[in-house]
Amino acid sequence: MSSIKVELKQCEIDKIKEICQSFNNEPGELINVLHKAQGHFGYLPAEVQEEIALELKISVAKVYGVVTFYSFFTMLPKGLHPISICTGTACYVRGAEKVLDEFKRILNIQVGDTTKDGRFSLSCLRCVGACGLAPVVMIGEKVYGRVSPDGVKDILNEYS
Amino acid sequence: MHLLVCGGTGCKSSASDTIVENLKAELEHNSLEDDVQVIMTGCFGFCEQGPVVKVMPDNTFYVRVTPGDVKELVAEHIIKGRKVRRLLYENPETKEPVSDSKHMGFYRKQIRVALRNCGFINPENIDEYIARDGYSALAKALGELSPQQAIDIIKKSGLRGRGGGGFPTGIKWELTSKFEADQKYVVCNADEGDPGAFMDRSVLEGDPHSVIEAMAICGYCIGASKGLVYIRAEYPLAIERLKIAIKQAQEYGLLGLDILGSKFSFDISLRYGAGAFVCGEETALIHSMEGHRGEPTVKPPFPAESGYMKKPTVVNNVETYANVPVIFNKGADWFASIGTEKSKGTKVFALAGKINNVGLIEVPMGTSLKEVIFEIGGGIKNNKEFKAVQTGGPSGGCLTSKHLDTPIDYDNLIASGSMMGSGGMIVMDEDDCMVAMARYYLDFTVDESCGKCSPCRIGTMRLKEILDKIIKGDGTMEDIDRLRNLSSVIKDSSLCGLGQTAPNPVLSTLDNFMNEYLAHVKDKKCPAGRCKSLMIYKVIPENCVGCTACARNCPVNAISGERKQTHFIDTSICIKCGACIERCKFNAIVIN
Amino acid sequence: METIKLTIDNKPVEVPKGTSILHAAKGAGIHIPTLCFFKLGDMPIENRPGGCRVCVVEVQGRRNLAPACVTDVTEGMVVKTHTIRALNARKTVLELILSDHPTDCLVCAKSGNCELQTLAQDMGIRKLHYEGEQSHYREDTSPAIIRDMDKCVRCRRCEMMCNDVQTVGVLSGINRGFMSVVSPAFEMNLDHSVCTYCGQCVAVCPTGALTEVDHTNAVIRALADPSKTVVVQTAPAVRAALGEEFGLKPGTLVTGKMVAALRQLGFDYVFDTDFAADLTIMEEGTELLNRLTQFLAGDKTKLPILTSCCPAWVKFFEHQFPEMMDIPSTAKSPQQMFGPIAKEYFAKKIGVERKDMVVVSIMPCLAKKYECSRDEFSHNGSPDVDYSISTRELANLIKQANLEFDALADEDFDKPLGESTGASVIFGTTGGVIEAAVRTAYELHTGNKLPKVDFEELRGLAGIRSATIDFGGLPINIGIAHGLGNARKLLEDIREGKSTFHAIEIMACPGGCIGGGGQPLHHGDFSILKARQEALYREDAGKPIRKSHENPFIIELYKEFLGKPLKLIYINPSHPEE
Repeated sequence: MSSIKVELKQCEIDKIKEICQSFNNEPGELINVLHKAQGHFGYLPAEVQEEIALELKISVAKVYGVVTFYSFFTMLPKGLHPISICTGTACYVRGAEKVLDEFKRILNIQVGDTTKDGRFSLSCLRCVGACGLAPVVMIGEKVYGRVSPDGVKDILNEYS
Repeated sequence: MHLLVCGGTGCKSSASDTIVENLKAELEHNSLEDDVQVIMTGCFGFCEQGPVVKVMPDNTFYVRVTPGDVKELVAEHIIKGRKVRRLLYENPETKEPVSDSKHMGFYRKQIRVALRNCGFINPENIDEYIARDGYSALAKALGELSPQQAIDIIKKSGLRGRGGGGFPTGIKWELTSKFEADQKYVVCNADEGDPGAFMDRSVLEGDPHSVIEAMAICGYCIGASKGLVYIRAEYPLAIERLKIAIKQAQEYGLLGLDILGSKFSFDISLRYGAGAFVCGEETALIHSMEGHRGEPTVKPPFPAESGYMKKPTVVNNVETYANVPVIFNKGADWFASIGTEKSKGTKVFALAGKINNVGLIEVPMGTSLKEVIFEIGGGIKNNKEFKAVQTGGPSGGCLTSKHLDTPIDYDNLIASGSMMGSGGMIVMDEDDCMVAMARYYLDFTVDESCGKCSPCRIGTMRLKEILDKIIKGDGTMEDIDRLRNLSSVIKDSSLCGLGQTAPNPVLSTLDNFMNEYLAHVKDKKCPAGRCKSLMIYKVIPENCVGCTACARNCPVNAISGERKQTHFIDTSICIKCGACIERCKFNAIVIN
Repeated sequence: METIKLTIDNKPVEVPKGTSILHAAKGAGIHIPTLCFFKLGDMPIENRPGGCRVCVVEVQGRRNLAPACVTDVTEGMVVKTHTIRALNARKTVLELILSDHPTDCLVCAKSGNCELQTLAQDMGIRKLHYEGEQSHYREDTSPAIIRDMDKCVRCRRCEMMCNDVQTVGVLSGINRGFMSVVSPAFEMNLDHSVCTYCGQCVAVCPTGALTEVDHTNAVIRALADPSKTVVVQTAPAVRAALGEEFGLKPGTLVTGKMVAALRQLGFDYVFDTDFAADLTIMEEGTELLNRLTQFLAGDKTKLPILTSCCPAWVKFFEHQFPEMMDIPSTAKSPQQMFGPIAKEYFAKKIGVERKDMVVVSIMPCLAKKYECSRDEFSHNGSPDVDYSISTRELANLIKQANLEFDALADEDFDKPLGESTGASVIFGTTGGVIEAAVRTAYELHTGNKLPKVDFEELRGLAGIRSATIDFGGLPINIGIAHGLGNARKLLEDIREGKSTFHAIEIMACPGGCIGGGGQPLHHGDFSILKARQEALYREDAGKPIRKSHENPFIIELYKEFLGKPLKLIYINPSHPEE
């Protein structure tokens, strides 16, 4: 997993400690801790994982092993407007691939990347449960239904 | 009078929140807020027509409502008592508006057991659940039944696990109850991961208390005081409602210490999934809850003996639990009277794909695929030809028109080469390529394989590569043999259910759509016209006027030709993007 | 004991309840092939993730094939291990594994010793029916270990050794699916991690994914350089295992042949690390007695003392228990005592300049390679020990020199640094260092001769052992641990103030150096370790002198060069007179 290097400020270390303590520093709560930490930092840089390992008294390798196992966790910060294309089956049969291609083309990035200006990041997800609206695209919390490749530009324009 | 507004994810995505706000404001504006209650419910099921607003008690069913329609709705229906015809659901055949949802084809064949409260109650209000017999099953179990008697009721009902495997629920509970331990656990698997399935999410969003009640009953049966819900972190609304429901149940003394004075104590906490399909497998789920990588381990030992924290554990999925309280309330015999000989009760499906009525449906076991697709589902979109229906998600298979009369139950679906799975049901039409479909699912499995065992880690990758080769037109007949052998070995030798079922999409399409494979391999053609590599873009000389529009717009300069001369597409350069066809005003470019 | 009756390949078998199909079959003479499965001798540690699926067999009435290693037998079970269905699955699975594996067998360090290669041979794989993308990872070279994860088969044995046995926690499964692999956190290089270089991961790796850094070519170059005087030292455990690389029975002592081979290879002086082991006892034993005196005078913090001759153990300690750094002995390891003695004392004696002397060590160990590279063991950039090669690398050198090992006539080590006592020989096994120390410390403390030098109570292969030795009315509690996981337990007791030991011996590898990461692979077979251990005790028993402080060359060394014990550790190797 590619990552970026950061230096944690004391207040950030304290935040991690606080999160771990809220789960009684229980190693079994690792995934819940990671969720909370990602919620706070937006992503899980190596330094955050090291601190969590220290607090929960488990090896960093183990933390990293868990982070890289679950697709929800990321070691890269997402764009200001994270774009998720649903590639669940319902969306797939209703043309999600073409919509995805269009996003890739316009933003000139691949899935998992963030645009150079940090505004958009692109990812796929498996079914948001709005199959009636297939194909579905999420930008941040907002859901766009029945998206066609032609409509991609207009959607992106909302954020410019 | 009640106004029920669907608060399922689909409708919420289409601004049903704003509809509720507008309704409330409009009612207040007309001083009707005390007479008419606006309730945001769970999913109505009819997602295709969302956002849905239902007026009770007369069952008026308004579809595709927008926030802008609210004013008219209140003015006409509420104040003047006149239905707003343009917002009513239209019978697709007669084109007549249907005023009562009972008469809609979509609902007519459905029996709602697990979804009994979805779309009827406000999921964030425990009193509404209680008003519909909520927690009476728990009270009955705690007050009148011994744990074994309660288990016997579930056994007698014939309820089988709705997560896909179909293991008899009562037997699972009984096995777990027999193991002695200082602590046992009741786990609810809400890590719904099938692409295109949202049954569990809808239940948790629409009726969270039914799951909580059932888990408490299960705890009583097996002797567990702790319950855990393993839920996808990507389901924020379901998590929110579940949290509210747990809190309310605690406040009402329906969770916590000494429930209803029975000395039985039970509480529930949440664990979040983090995006790993394999965690639907119970041992993987347990490892994940323990803070590990979600890698499955070999069974036995089964969770009934050694599960969460090595303690006896029952793992059932959301829908299974949702059935439990009704069984106590209406009786095991009532439940067993629904369904087929070996599959009792109903099954919820997320019906999606090329179908008119996309949505969440619940039908008795034994309903035929035809009834589901053509009656409830309203047939294929845009009057296209039905080609296949995929059940069971990446673990299932594609069934074809010859299976349409098959009554849906666990055993019939397996016999047909698919499986029940958790309830995803995707309909495909003539435009869908079945080889590409198999590849789509393999892509998913390759992505989601945990990597622990070799057949799944490497085998699914090789399956995908062979399918890729075929889709690109490079496939050979040997490749088809290799697909078959590899599929059977992966099925036979993989560690967990994910690997063991991963080849199903390949095997079922090989069985049912061999002609499509042959077309790709031998004729280098994709009958559905979906596989890009097998398409050839050609200029029809008679139609071409030499306007150069195509050549100017070709991103790779694959088109040559002088002005006013017939143009030519160099297929070795063409990337089949379709830009030329879009620009040609003379229908002079075709795809072969 | 409850037993289970079943049939395997039509043979009736009766085994205790809880036995796996694999073990039941083995008892009946049926060998089911395995890859990920690994059992570590008598230790309660088995690696059986059920992941490779090579051991699948057909069980009557079961829907799918059963992995033999992780499926327990049940009453009346009917198992078939070589039906066409099982064979086809096994071969296909193996072909799949091979399809994601480089085919550079000819130049792979593990060739000939590779379990995957052997399986492919045994199953008659001649053609791969499945091919496609292969997973690629960055190669990682550390001072001791090379990780080439392209060759990893995800057996997870290394992960098990690193986490469950050694509790070092450097390795974990990472990623998932096709790209899953075993790696340190953030895919960092081993030398950035807390790896101790114990090499146990290398010792259990079935393929060439984990191998040692090979110094044989550097040694060959040094030997060929006429300006260099090349001195070799051989660790005690090497002589008890080297023969295995040449087909000799485990436990065959090849001391004399090894010396002859080294001489034939061209080493100018063939010395023995055992000599330095005797020196270690002098240093560590004296330190023990000093600290014992302080302890008896009331300073309870002075004991226990921990041995410090194992570099993996020292590194483990530095990372995991940094707050307890004053507990271990300050003595250097024998390898690193030998280095400066050779380069400062012996070199001067024979009139060779330090820069013209090359010291090579033959070690059962991979951490020794790393130890050579530690800053405190070099002088102005020139290491005290230039190259450390493993027992396996030495075997390879001998083969490269076209020597018929078995036919070599025994020869003796050179003097003076080749002379050693029985006490030093047993350094190679768990319990040996402390037994050697006791022999010396007892006599120095009590002033009496030991009636019997063998301390049976300190011997064995149990992971943690303890004994109380009577030092003339003073009971001394001895603790012994081998395997870093066991060591951790003793250390945690010390930290919590629960330990009653006065002296503790710790070796990082299960079995001690005889089971070191650089030894011929024992595949978890503890009978091999036992045979090596017995061989060392045999060599000890046959030595005329069996106590370190009686080694005449050690006595001479102190007289001529070092002065009193306990200086060696503090002194700068280049200025021993300070």
